[in-house]
Amino acid sequence: MIRIENVSFKHRTTPILTDITLTIPKGGVVALIGPNGAGKSTLLSLVARLHPLQTGAIEIDGLPVNTTPGRELAKVIAILRQDTTVASRLKVRELVGFGRFPHGRGRLTEADHAIIEAAIAQFDLADLADRFIETLSGGQRQRALVAMVFAQGTDYLLLDEPLNNLDMYYARELMRSLRKVADEKGKTIVIVLHDINQASAHADRIIAMKAGRIVADGAPAAILTPDRLETVFGFPMRVETIEGKPFVLHQL
Amino acid sequence: MAERRLLGLAVAALLAAVAFLAIGLRGNIAFVLELRLLKLAALVQVGVAIAISTVIFQTVTGNRILTPSIMGLDALYLFGQMLMVFLLGGVGYVALDPQLKFGMEVLLLMALAAALLLPMLKSRLDMGLMLLAGVVFGVLFRSLYSLLARLIDPNEFAVAQSASFANFNAVRTDLLVFAAIVTVIAAIIAWRARHVLDVISLGPDTATGLGVGWAGTVTGLLLVVAALVAVSTALVGPVAFFGLLVAALAERIVESRRHGLLLPAAAFAGIIVLVGGQTLFQHALGNATALGVVIEFVGGLVFLLLLVLGSRK
Repeated sequence: MIRIENVSFKHRTTPILTDITLTIPKGGVVALIGPNGAGKSTLLSLVARLHPLQTGAIEIDGLPVNTTPGRELAKVIAILRQDTTVASRLKVRELVGFGRFPHGRGRLTEADHAIIEAAIAQFDLADLADRFIETLSGGQRQRALVAMVFAQGTDYLLLDEPLNNLDMYYARELMRSLRKVADEKGKTIVIVLHDINQASAHADRIIAMKAGRIVADGAPAAILTPDRLETVFGFPMRVETIEGKPFVLHQL
Repeated sequence: MAERRLLGLAVAALLAAVAFLAIGLRGNIAFVLELRLLKLAALVQVGVAIAISTVIFQTVTGNRILTPSIMGLDALYLFGQMLMVFLLGGVGYVALDPQLKFGMEVLLLMALAAALLLPMLKSRLDMGLMLLAGVVFGVLFRSLYSLLARLIDPNEFAVAQSASFANFNAVRTDLLVFAAIVTVIAAIIAWRARHVLDVISLGPDTATGLGVGWAGTVTGLLLVVAALVAVSTALVGPVAFFGLLVAALAERIVESRRHGLLLPAAAFAGIIVLVGGQTLFQHALGNATALGVVIEFVGGLVFLLLLVLGSRK
């Protein structure tokens, strides 16, 4: 369980997050949506202790993120940041292998190799495994990064816009993989999405943020209504129901 | 594949060392050998120290064309030398116990490097800012050095100047044992941190996500770099582009940025270039020119090449 209590965050004097309190129980896919600058990425960074906590408290399975040693947390929670840059002269298999670093401090066992190969297979990277990262396209690189985060094998996954650069096929595949590990292995996935319909199709719960606050929180059917969406994004949009799921036609 | 190339580098380094010791060996063999062994030990140490410090520094800063000396670390060292000459006078400077002086210099350089870099590390490290600051520090220390050089009298300047040019012919063998201890300890630390260095090269966010405490680890690594720079600068004087040359060479030879391969490869490349080059100059070219000049020339060309190639990508 991720427990966030009264968390506020300021960048110099600009408030980014204001008094966020949130509980995410174990298991399931939670989508974070909201306009640019709503504080979604900052919230994920704070949970993954990439920024120091200013006020409030965050706990993951009872481990406070600001005092628990980084090594211990890395076995519990993994994060994929937006636009991660990767050092060159690194092969895809090596990059995915870094996901195992928290477990063996760099020494790979047979079990580690099996996990790495499984992650490579899961994200369709077998043909690319021996290529250097800098020779890949943006979408392929993104898949390699997601595979690395998967290989970390943590119970909690924080993904900041992982669908960036992915084509329709791989975006759908990634969302289905996330759904599958959430259902079969009881993993907890918190994912920042801009494609609301992906959230509708695959998430259990949607949390909408705006200007550093949580403005809506609930099941997709409850959140994706024209009124709610207009308060979050500031313009009216059509919502249609297909196979019992709300789909937002914001392009019209 | 990469392992075999690494082995090739090791063999080449060994051959260079043997050639350095054996070629033209005549007269009082025991005396000549002892002299050459001392010099070999110094050259090997300098090669290893510069290679390792450059590789670590490039990994921490995430930049392949930066070296500690481009960042002004050895300018800081030289400014310290000049300041001592200025304060103690040429005679007082020469009269200092070399080991004590050296020990103090290493500690001082580590402390200063930490003091200048730590504030930036603490506030979650803006790398661009740090590099800019480093370059500015470099200019500052070089300018202060020139200012002091204009203030002291010419005889004393000569004393200070002898410490300010790379000279592979007149290495300071009196500091050898002390320097060797520092280099060996630093090399062991670097080797043990090889997997952590791999993760560090992924950048602060990913490294933190994988459980590496960024600020602490980077601080420790920069202290190691500062100690290694002090060792090599004290032994032979400042060399700007040598580290860049061997790091670039090593990376191309083993075709990997993995530190388990890269660190030893860079160290061997450093030994080959220094010891092999020195042998070549002494015996084949009759000391026609100074090795330091040629290394800087070639290293400078590599620097330009990396700049041009980097900008084209």
